[in-house]
Amino acid sequence: MNQPRPFIFYCLLSVFCFLFSACSPSSEPSPTSYIENKGSDTIVNLALAWAEKYQIEHPDIRISVTGGGSGTGITALIGGSADLASASRKIKQEEIAEAQKNGIEPVEHVIARDAIAVIVNLENPVSELTLQQISDIYSGKIQNWSEVGGEDRPIVRLSRETNSGTHIYFLETVLRLGEKENKTLFSMDTLLLPSSEGIVAEVRQNPNAIGYDGLGYVPHDVKKIAIATSAHEAYVLPSAATVNDKSYPIARDLYMYTAGEPTGILKDYLDWILSPEAQEIVLQLGFVPIK
Amino acid sequence: MEKSLNWRETIITRLIRVSGYSAILFVAAIFFFLLKEGLPTLAEVKLRDLLAVRWYPIENYFGILPLITGSLIITVGAMLIAFPLGIATAVFISEIAPRWVREILKPLVELLAGLPSVVLGFLGILVLSPNLRLILDLPTGLTALTGSILLGGIAVPTIVSIAEDALDSVPRSYREGAWALGATQWQTIWRVTLPAAKSGVLTAVMLGIGRAIGETMTVMMVTGNAPVLAIKISSIVSPVRTMTATIAAEMGEVASGSVHYHVLFFIGIVLFLISLAVNIAASSVVFRAKKRAERILS
Repeated sequence: MNQPRPFIFYCLLSVFCFLFSACSPSSEPSPTSYIENKGSDTIVNLALAWAEKYQIEHPDIRISVTGGGSGTGITALIGGSADLASASRKIKQEEIAEAQKNGIEPVEHVIARDAIAVIVNLENPVSELTLQQISDIYSGKIQNWSEVGGEDRPIVRLSRETNSGTHIYFLETVLRLGEKENKTLFSMDTLLLPSSEGIVAEVRQNPNAIGYDGLGYVPHDVKKIAIATSAHEAYVLPSAATVNDKSYPIARDLYMYTAGEPTGILKDYLDWILSPEAQEIVLQLGFVPIK
Repeated sequence: MEKSLNWRETIITRLIRVSGYSAILFVAAIFFFLLKEGLPTLAEVKLRDLLAVRWYPIENYFGILPLITGSLIITVGAMLIAFPLGIATAVFISEIAPRWVREILKPLVELLAGLPSVVLGFLGILVLSPNLRLILDLPTGLTALTGSILLGGIAVPTIVSIAEDALDSVPRSYREGAWALGATQWQTIWRVTLPAAKSGVLTAVMLGIGRAIGETMTVMMVTGNAPVLAIKISSIVSPVRTMTATIAAEMGEVASGSVHYHVLFFIGIVLFLISLAVNIAASSVVFRAKKRAERILS
């Protein structure tokens, strides 16, 4: 009656052997090369468009693109599960430190530019705001649309989640007006929505709402606000032209990070991204080409 | 022949025993992991800062009170909706509906339980929240109430399915006894069948609460996620942020080992303790009910 133990032992052993054999890398060299591109939700559509075009021209290369946020992509780059991290903000100091601890030196590539559009419902009569007014709206100093020349309606503030590069950029550039010592925070009742689509969906149907989003994601059924740096300057609508002549104040660079200087197929891909052919796609998607 | 039977018997018994123990092992391992990752919070963040009302982790504001109240208000709201609806549906299916209706209804309700929560979330964003805003004249439709209604919808199938099983297993002789005493159908249901199935019904409600408080995707999509302290009556029609949505939204971003990372795990511990408390409370009620039944029988 003491025999069952070795029997079970062999059962388990064979199961483990099977699992390990399934995990071991196959010895056959794969005919295709893979690039794993992860990161910013702002860039994901652009990255997808690039990847599709590039794969048509280079059928031997597979590029998989996933979103999740700039931080998610950089974390994946540090953890080694992504070759290319797209980010709508610069890499943070602590992320560089974390990467160096893992023996990775992140290298930055500017791949396009993006304007952040401030959007409201089509029914909202307000169409111009100064940066100061937007800051006051989001910090909670302005609570009603009538204070900025609109109807008597409460303001519902929409923002991306704190893991979004767009959120941090908006906090630094708009809420804090680019001032380093300014410690203004988002009003506590700001709605933090997990996706660009969530913001657009709410603005589309709610005349009380104000939101912000990358220009490439703003559809035609919401209204873009013309923005001025101060009250006696011109109000400017976001577009490729106004971003490149620097008259639109809320525009930023978009990045891709690699672990160390890129080599081989990764280098070819990044070089292609900066080519006129790939930058043409940038324009088609509503972003701003870098040249 | 007999020997090989013994062999098989022993193996099967052991396999079953191992899977039984493994459940305990997994729960213990998960709890240990939560403690290990979450407890450093208490050393890194002062308790006073932890019990503050502002949650803005990228600037080191780690007040978790808004998140706890957010989860609680949505769960309570969901239960206020799901409890009467779920029990009433279960009673209807088990006691009142004719056989053919019952055979259609029960699978349909169970099908509802399999509906992915992200689909419900989309319905919430596109249909429920715009209409709630117009009907109740709110600034926005992304509120705790929207979350409660959808979570109620998620919890109902769980409650119905388990409560109906419990009602169904009440011996027929109980009902016949009540009818023989001249009780109406309503009196039989309310005074005899439901009390007899009490422990099963309680289990159903408990699992419903568990489902509601742990649900993530739907609440993240429809409650607006604004970390506001939800302690007023009017909070039910304001945006709130739940513990689950916070963990889901922020976990991807944090550098592992950072203060923010530890606080997120600490929230996980709080969530774990809350479900533990719900479980203990419910099972103690069930236990007491059983003891009383035993007393009467003996």
